[in-house]
Amino acid sequence: MAEKYYHPLEFMLDRCNGRMKCMRVCPTEALRVKQGKVRLIEELCIDCGACAEACPSKAIVPLTDPFTRSSKYKYRVALASPVLYSQFGLDIDPKVVVQGLKEIGFDYVVDVSRACEEISAAIDIFLEEYDGPGPLISSFCPSVVRLVQVRYPGLTELLMPVNAPREIAAREAKERLSEELGVGMGEIEIIYLTPCPAKIVAIKQPAEKGRSWIDGAISIADVYAPLFNAVSNLADDEIDASIAEEFTFGAGWSMLGEMTRLLGSERGIAVSGLSDVTRVLDDIESGRLRGIDFVEASACLGGCIGGSLTVDNMYVARSSVLSMMRKHGQGSVVDRNEVVGKYREGYYFLERKLAPRPLPPLDKDISAAIRKKKEKDAIYARLPQIDCGCCGAPTCRAFAEDIVRGRSKLEDCIHL
Amino acid sequence: MSDEVLFFQEFSITGGDFSSAGSVSTEIKSILKEIGFHPSVIRRAAIACYEAEMNVTMYAERGVVRLSATPAAIRIQFEDEGQGIADIELAMQEGYSTATPEMREIGFGAGMGLPNIKKNSDEFEITSEVGRGTKLDIVIKA
Repeated sequence: MAEKYYHPLEFMLDRCNGRMKCMRVCPTEALRVKQGKVRLIEELCIDCGACAEACPSKAIVPLTDPFTRSSKYKYRVALASPVLYSQFGLDIDPKVVVQGLKEIGFDYVVDVSRACEEISAAIDIFLEEYDGPGPLISSFCPSVVRLVQVRYPGLTELLMPVNAPREIAAREAKERLSEELGVGMGEIEIIYLTPCPAKIVAIKQPAEKGRSWIDGAISIADVYAPLFNAVSNLADDEIDASIAEEFTFGAGWSMLGEMTRLLGSERGIAVSGLSDVTRVLDDIESGRLRGIDFVEASACLGGCIGGSLTVDNMYVARSSVLSMMRKHGQGSVVDRNEVVGKYREGYYFLERKLAPRPLPPLDKDISAAIRKKKEKDAIYARLPQIDCGCCGAPTCRAFAEDIVRGRSKLEDCIHL
Repeated sequence: MSDEVLFFQEFSITGGDFSSAGSVSTEIKSILKEIGFHPSVIRRAAIACYEAEMNVTMYAERGVVRLSATPAAIRIQFEDEGQGIADIELAMQEGYSTATPEMREIGFGAGMGLPNIKKNSDEFEITSEVGRGTKLDIVIKA
């Protein structure tokens, strides 16, 4: 039975005027434009959000949660990361941003940096003890995980089974606050301030089909204006003493290469941007990445600071992160022995195994699939091969495939 | 096997062209995915094909690759015009390599090429003539 996939994007067809920008940027050719309106082929989508960013009519809207509070929960906790702080330039200290979040209605603010360091240590142990085929691929970027599951199903077993820092941070916050406040975990709402739509789907429908400890996600872009206002009106002496004391920049990974840098292994590489990630995955599949143990992969160029729901220029944000690191130091905040203990208990692992999600072949029956593949190649040979897009498919090849799959008719090509 | 369920395609490789080396195996891999072979079968084919393609790139002037796929098996034949292999038995030994320092620099020369191809195929046949070229014929059962 076909599985139903949740996608964190809403297509507002009344706004769509069929300009096909989304269709051309989609890395998995999941979009079609028929009768002037966009359409998504659900099983191909890996939730990267490139389409939403490309749409000039704002017809593709990331389904983040609204800023308004739900009455379901007693306490609201913001899960903040260096990506958020990096949006405020060099002059606004992360501590001020944390205080600002309290001013705009979050009861508590939890930083993911600590969890980043814990996960780095956990991955270190995992790599050290691993003796299977390599290289292992990081699994914190939901779009990379889905790209592997869909386009490189044979590589799914190389995805690191370690959970993402945001989940570990959310779990720790929920358990700690529930005890401290004497309330059930169900009364604490953990909100992730997200730089990309992919994290939303990772919360609503985790790739491994486990559960998420996070209850909702608000886009950094949505929280930016109120937060910027709050932050601008704050004086330094208005920061809670607890924040000033407790705050550490720790080992937040917000940009490409940070995770690899923290690992003991020298044989790691960091890659970002879906076209480069695809190239590296191709190389892994051919056994071409010799001598590499670990690949840190992020769908957004430059890492999470390049996410489509961020506000600041990625290069400026990067420079802000570097300066924050210099200012706050990166002293270790994690007790290594404690991590080893929790690792042995399985604390850092994904609840379930990541399974491949291969694309449906041209036909379930291989003989029929071979016939259809030949038919597809024959159709393609007749097409102009200029990828004009007028038929509603991004490329002539995709169009030929649509025909053999019964999604289009040859007459849709205006050149024939 | 009837021709109807036989997929056949031919590719060419230019010796010494390292910038496009690997493109044939990438293309073959995507064809196999489209047809819907099992991921583990595709992975074996991809690895064997890549190694063989690199051998042609490194040691031959030019080569052709013929892919035949049926529901039961994938057959990939490589035929090149090049220096050939003097002692196939030696070349098949793990760790034996004639790679130049340049080849080693890009990650080859561990002497694992041919053994790796054999490891990933169900049938493996190689013939070679020094100064003329090498023929490699592998089958991976679906």
